Amino acid sequence: MIRIANGQGFWGDWLEAPVRLVHGGPLDYLTLDYLAEVTMSILQKQRKADPNLGYAQDFPPLAARIAQQIRERGIRLIANAGGVNPIACAREVRRLAPELRVAVVLGDDLMDRLDELMQSGHELRNIDTGESLAGIRSAVQSANAYIGAFPLAEALRTGANVVITGRCADAALALAPMIHEFGWTPNDWNLLAAGVIAGHVIECGAQATGGNCHADWQTTPDFAHIGYPIIEADSGGTMVITKHENTGGRVTLATVKEQLVYEIGDPRGYMTPDVVADFTSIQLQEDGPDRVRITGAEGRPRPDTLKVSLSYRYGWKATGTLVYSAPDALAKARAADNVVRQRLADLGLQFAKIHTEFFGVNACHAHLAPRIAKPAEVQLRIGVRDARKEPVERFTRELIPLVLSGPPTATGYGEGRPQVREVIAYWPALVPRNIVRTRVEVVA
Amino acid sequence: MKMPLSQIAHARSGDKGDVSNIGIIALLPEYYPVLLREVTAERVKAHFGALVKGAVTRYELPNLAALNFVMEQALDGGGTLSLRTDAQGKTHGAALLALEIEVKTDELAID
Repeated sequence: MIRIANGQGFWGDWLEAPVRLVHGGPLDYLTLDYLAEVTMSILQKQRKADPNLGYAQDFPPLAARIAQQIRERGIRLIANAGGVNPIACAREVRRLAPELRVAVVLGDDLMDRLDELMQSGHELRNIDTGESLAGIRSAVQSANAYIGAFPLAEALRTGANVVITGRCADAALALAPMIHEFGWTPNDWNLLAAGVIAGHVIECGAQATGGNCHADWQTTPDFAHIGYPIIEADSGGTMVITKHENTGGRVTLATVKEQLVYEIGDPRGYMTPDVVADFTSIQLQEDGPDRVRITGAEGRPRPDTLKVSLSYRYGWKATGTLVYSAPDALAKARAADNVVRQRLADLGLQFAKIHTEFFGVNACHAHLAPRIAKPAEVQLRIGVRDARKEPVERFTRELIPLVLSGPPTATGYGEGRPQVREVIAYWPALVPRNIVRTRVEVVA
Repeated sequence: MKMPLSQIAHARSGDKGDVSNIGIIALLPEYYPVLLREVTAERVKAHFGALVKGAVTRYELPNLAALNFVMEQALDGGGTLSLRTDAQGKTHGAALLALEIEVKTDELAID
C-alpha cells in the first residue's frame, strides 16, 4: 500500500497545506496541482518578459521548505508547477535546495509547433464551438497538450526526489506513483480507472475532506486546520480516501461523493489521456472514521487523441461597483444603473456585453434568489467587455461621477476607477496522440 | 407534499469553460428514486431560466444515488470572459437545491 496526498488544489491554495501533510503523518508521495485552464497564458506572458520565468513561483520555496523532511523520509514530490518553463522551475528548486534530485517531463508545450501542426492539416477546432483555430491563430498565447501519467512514472524511475511537469491531466499526478510502484501497464484499464477516479477525488485538495461541502456544513470540524486528502492505494485497485489524524475537516461518503461528481461531465465516459473511466462502476464504503473505500472501478481504452488547451487574446473587460444604503437601496441602485447605461448610449459606445448585478440581492442566483423586502444596502455592480480597449476604458470613467450626479447615498468607491483587464480566453481542441512526444530530463 | 430539494439532497457545482456542471446527491440512497422522478433535465432547464442559454443534459449515477447535470452556455462565456460574480457556477448547486419538489410521505419514512 502507498500513501499519495494532494496539498494544492490550484495555484493560490493554502500555502501551509503541503507542509502540514509532510509533518502530520505517514506519506509516500505528495502531489501539487497548480495549473488551472487559463494559468498557462499568464505564465507564457511571464516567460516572454523573462526567459527564467513562466512556472508556478510558489513551488521552489515550498520544495526548499520541506526538502530535508522529504529526503530523510523518502517522500517524493510530483507537481505540475513547471507551467511553460519546467526546466527553469527545476533549476530554481535546485538553487534553493541543492540536495534535491529533480526530474522534469517535457513535450506538452505545442506553442512552437503550432504552425507546423496546422500546415500538416491539424485544424485544432474548438471542441465546444467547432470553429477552426485559423481564425484566431495570431491571438494565440499558449498551447499545451494534457499528457498522461506514464511519462510521469518514467520520471519517477530516475529516482528523483522531485518530478516537475508542465500541463498534464490533473488525475495523472496521483496515478503516476501507482503505475511506478505497482507496475500497471497501459492496458490495465480497470486499474488505471481506479487510479484516475481516486486522483480525481484528491485533485481539488480539501474539497474531498469537507471543504466547500454542502452536506451538514455547520458541523464540519475545524475548517481552520482542515486536513488535505490522502489516497491509500493498493496494487489491486482498491483506494481508501483519508486524511491525517488530528486534522480538521472530515472524510465521509458525503464529502467524497460531492467531489466525485465535481465537474465530471458524462460519468460513464470521463476522458483522460490514460483511460476512459466509468464513475458509475464504483462502490463506496465507510471504512472507519475519516476513511472511505472505493472499489470496483472499470475503465475503457484511452482515446486516440489528446486534449490541447490553448489560450488567446479575446479583448478587454472592466467591472465597477457603487454601494447604495437604505432607504430604497435597491431602487437607487436600479436608477443608477439606468443613468450609467444612458450616458454610455449618449456617448455612442457599444459593447459586446454589459452586465448588471445588484449585489446582496441577485448577484449569484439572479431570479432564483429569495426576495428581501428592504435590503439595508445594495452594491451596484456593472461589467462590460469588448474586443476593443477604448470603449472599456471610457466605461471606467462613467461610474464614480454618480456619487455627485445620481441618486443619493452612493458610497463604497474607495478603490477608485475600475481596472481595465485583458481577457485571455480558453480554446480546447484535440490532436492525435502520436504527435505529442514526451521526454524526461534530470536537472543536475 | 411540496418541499425544496435541499430537504433530500446535497450538491456541488463547478465549470468547464461555459458549461456549468451540477452534481446532486441524495442524502440517503432511499431518496434516489425521488431524485430520478422529480429532478428532470427539463425542470432544471426551466428552473435556471435565463441563467442557462444552452441545453441541459442529465446523467445518472445510481451507485452514488446521484445525478449529474451538464448545462451548456450557462456562465456568460465562462472563465475569464464572464462578467458574472459567479463566473464558475460555484453557487449553481445551491441554487438548484431551492427547486421545489413533490414528495410522498412514505417516500421519506425510512426504516
